[in-house]
Amino acid sequence: MSDYAPLLDALTRLRGIRGAMVVTLGDGLPVAESLMGGLKGTALAAMAATLASRSADLAARGGLGAPRFLHLQSSDGSLLVAPAAPDLVLVAIAGRDVPLGLLRLEMLRMAERMG
Amino acid sequence: MRAIEPWVVAPLDRFMGESAARLALLMTTSGQVLAQHGFVGALDLMSAAALGSGIVASSSELALQMQWPAFRVMAHQGEHQAHLLTWFETPRGRWIALVVFGGETKVGLVQMYLEQMVDELVAATPPEPLHKKEVLAADFERELNASLRALFGR
Repeated sequence: MSDYAPLLDALTRLRGIRGAMVVTLGDGLPVAESLMGGLKGTALAAMAATLASRSADLAARGGLGAPRFLHLQSSDGSLLVAPAAPDLVLVAIAGRDVPLGLLRLEMLRMAERMG
Repeated sequence: MRAIEPWVVAPLDRFMGESAARLALLMTTSGQVLAQHGFVGALDLMSAAALGSGIVASSSELALQMQWPAFRVMAHQGEHQAHLLTWFETPRGRWIALVVFGGETKVGLVQMYLEQMVDELVAATPPEPLHKKEVLAADFERELNASLRALFGR
């Protein structure tokens, strides 16, 4: 877990980030997490991994190749998922007023480092 | 799906639908079957209940001997399907859940919906009668037969 802690800390230091996690894609279990109180890591990990794998299926069926980034925009914030090392995804939960471009860049850079 | 107690049906049914698990078995720590979904034979079901409760008992004892906290969840990932064995507390005592699932779902998702089902079961548990009846041999046999009828419809 400690291997990913500095990465998650760097991500959660960005303004408006409520939490970040490294999750196994196959099992939907958290490998490392840094979450604000009130966020339930196991549930988020399970749902984010399901979303990522279903999106990968959808992209494959549409002949789009493997997804590089997922952004689920909701009324009070965003869930962002970046495929990282084989069978791992980097997940971030952001509030409404977050520089999403910067966050996306940062997550892609981290995902590349994890791979 | 079949259950001995009718209030177990709705939470278990929701769990099966949401988790996309293939089989589920709820039992007491002594291996008494409370509800099942997906098992077709009495023998399979009784063996699974006996083995599941045995695994929970032996792993709890192992944890005790090693002075570890008791194992709460055991998951075994097979090539084509996996199973998850866990125990939880209810107002009716400790229950065990055995869930078999395949590649259409994930262990994290099964665990998440299982936690939800446990909350629902705890909330739905009716209060126990104040005066329990004395258990007689004839009652025991009748109740056993009624349980088998409820679980297998025969």
